[in-house]
Amino acid sequence: MELKMASAPFRFVTQISITQITHWKAKNIHELLSCLKEVPGSVIYHHTHRFLKQHQFLSPEPPNDFAYWVDTALQDEKLAEKLFAIDTIRFPTIRDIREKIIQTIENHLISYNNYHDAPEGDEFYFKQSISFVLPTPYEAWNLSEFAKALKKVSINSLYHHIFEARIRPPLGINDFSNWFETALGETKLAKDVAKMDPYTHTLEGLRQQVIHLVERRIQEMMRV
Amino acid sequence: MFNLDDYISIVGENEISELRLISEKLRGKSIVNINSTSIGGGVAEILNRMVPLLKDMGVNVRWECIKGGEKFFIITKKFHNALHGKKEQLSKEDFELYLDTVRDNVLSLSLDADILFIHDPQPAALVLERNKYKNRWIWRCHIDLSQRDENLWNFLKPMIEQYDASVFSAPSFTQGLLHRQMLIPPSIDPLSDKNKELPRQTIDEVLSRFKIDAERPIVTQISRFDYLKDPVGVIEAYKLVKQYVNCQLVLAGGSADDDPEGVKVLAEVRQKAGEDPDIHILCLPPTSHIEINALQRASTVILQKSLKEGFGLTVSEALWKGKPVIASSVGGIPLQITHKYSGILTHSIEGTAHWLKQLLQNPEYAKKLGDNGREQVRNNFLLTRHLREYMLLFLSLDHPNETLIYF
Repeated sequence: MELKMASAPFRFVTQISITQITHWKAKNIHELLSCLKEVPGSVIYHHTHRFLKQHQFLSPEPPNDFAYWVDTALQDEKLAEKLFAIDTIRFPTIRDIREKIIQTIENHLISYNNYHDAPEGDEFYFKQSISFVLPTPYEAWNLSEFAKALKKVSINSLYHHIFEARIRPPLGINDFSNWFETALGETKLAKDVAKMDPYTHTLEGLRQQVIHLVERRIQEMMRV
Repeated sequence: MFNLDDYISIVGENEISELRLISEKLRGKSIVNINSTSIGGGVAEILNRMVPLLKDMGVNVRWECIKGGEKFFIITKKFHNALHGKKEQLSKEDFELYLDTVRDNVLSLSLDADILFIHDPQPAALVLERNKYKNRWIWRCHIDLSQRDENLWNFLKPMIEQYDASVFSAPSFTQGLLHRQMLIPPSIDPLSDKNKELPRQTIDEVLSRFKIDAERPIVTQISRFDYLKDPVGVIEAYKLVKQYVNCQLVLAGGSADDDPEGVKVLAEVRQKAGEDPDIHILCLPPTSHIEINALQRASTVILQKSLKEGFGLTVSEALWKGKPVIASSVGGIPLQITHKYSGILTHSIEGTAHWLKQLLQNPEYAKKLGDNGREQVRNNFLLTRHLREYMLLFLSLDHPNETLIYF
C-alpha cells in the first residue's frame, strides 16, 4: 500500500539564537520579583527555555535559570524546588508562565521572607534570545519522508517545531501534530505526539520518540 | 590549518551544515576585523583560527591591524589595565596621542567594508570616522569592565555608544550602554595541540618525564604562578585531603623568570609545598601545549581555584577532556560550570577540599560530572559555536529591534 500524500508538504526550518544582555539585574529575591513583573515576555521565554538546548545532554536535567539561581546564589532550597517543579508544558502562553513564577515567589515570601543578597558577582542578569529561523533543504510529503528527514535535521530544527511552535498560533500545538492533523488527517498520531511531555526529555530523546510513533503508524498503515 | 569539515567528527554534520546555511545569508557582505596585533594574545589566537574558517564558508572577511608607535602601545596597555581596575595615570596628552594615532590609521584600513568588527579599546576610536561611510560597526570587548577606571571610561563611553552593538564575554563584564549588548563567550579549539586527543603513550611519556605516578590519583591546577590563581590555597586544600586520600598534586604553569611577582609567588608555593614528594611544581615554557594537554588528560580531578578570573577558559579546556573540575565561582567560570551538574563551584579552601575529597572517593559521581562537563563544552564553548554566534551577530545588525527574524 502506498502512503497517503499530504495536501501540503512539511518544510523543516531551523532556529538558531544569540543572546542579548538586557539592563535588568537582581541581587535578591525582591529585585528578582520586581524585574519578573517588568521584563518583556522574550526574557521570560529565554530563561525558561534556554536550558533545553544548552543542557540537552546533561543528565539529570538541570532546572530552569530562576530555580538554579535561587538555589545556588540565594541558597533558598525550598523556593528553588518550587520553581523547579513548575510544569512549563501546562502553560499555553509566556504570560501564564510568568504569572505562575511570580505567584510561586510571592506565596513563598508570605511565610519565608528571604532578604539575603547573592554574593557579589552572582547577581541574576536578565537576558533574551535573538532568534533566526532559516529554511533547511528537508521537506516531506508523506510519513515515510517525514521520518527520514526527522532523522537528519538538527536539534535546533526540532526545538523550533516542538517548543517555539507552541507559543505561535495555533497556540499550544507543535508543528508536527499540526501537520499530521491538517495535511494528512492523521488525528491519532497528531494527538499521540501532542501528548508527549517535551520538557522531560532531551531533544535527542524527543526525536527518537517522534520517529518511533511515526514509524509505528507507517507499519500499521502497511498492514491494512 | 584546519578546514570546517575537520570539525564534523567532533560536533556532527548537522552543526557544520547549519554553519554553512547561515554563511549563505552573509553572501555579498564584506566584514573587516580590526585589532592591534596579529601575533600573541587571545584575540589574535582566535582570529587566526576563525578568519580562515569563515573564508572556507565563502564569507568575505578580512583581518587588519592598527599600527602605532611605542608610546601608543604604552598608553593602550594602560587603557587595558585601567579597564581591568588597576590604577593608572592617564594624562590629557595620552588621550590626544591615542586619538591622533588612531586617526593616522584611517587611510590604511578598509573602513568602507559593510561591517566593521573592532576588537578591544586600541582601535575603538576608529568609529569617529563612521559618518563617512554607510556601514555597521560592532565593538568586541574582551575585557571585564566591572571594575573599570571611571576617568578612562568617561573618555571611551561616548565613542563606544556610536557603535551599533557591542559584544561581551560574560553578563557581569558589561556596562550600561544604550545600544544592543550581546553575550558571546570565548571558545576553545578542539583540534589545537592544547585540546586534541592524545595517544596514551604520549600521556605516559609526559608523566614519566615529570616523575608523576600514574597509579595514584592526580589533582592538577594549570595556571601561571600568580596570587590571583591562589596556588598556595590549592596546596592547603590538597593537604586537607591528603590525610584521607593518597593523592598527588600537580601545579603547572609558565616559567616566571620575566615576572618579578611570579618569582615571589613561586617561592611561596615551594615553601608551602615543603618536602612533600607528591607535590609537583612544574614551570613550563609557553609552547608546552602537548605537555599541558597530557597533564590534564592524566588527572583525576582538575582545580581552578582562582580568586579573580577573566573568562577562565582553562576550565573549558579541562572539562573538554572529560575531567571533573572544581573551580571558584568567579569571572566567567559560572557560565562554564553548572554546579553539581557539570562540575563543582566553590568559594573557599575548605569548600574546595571538601569537594575534592568527595570526588576522589566517589569516582562514579566524578565521572558523571566529567561526562556532563564535556557535553557542556561541546554544546557551548567550542570554536564552531563561536563562529555561529559571530555570523548571527553580523546578520542581526539589519534587524536592530527584532527578536525573531525569519529568512
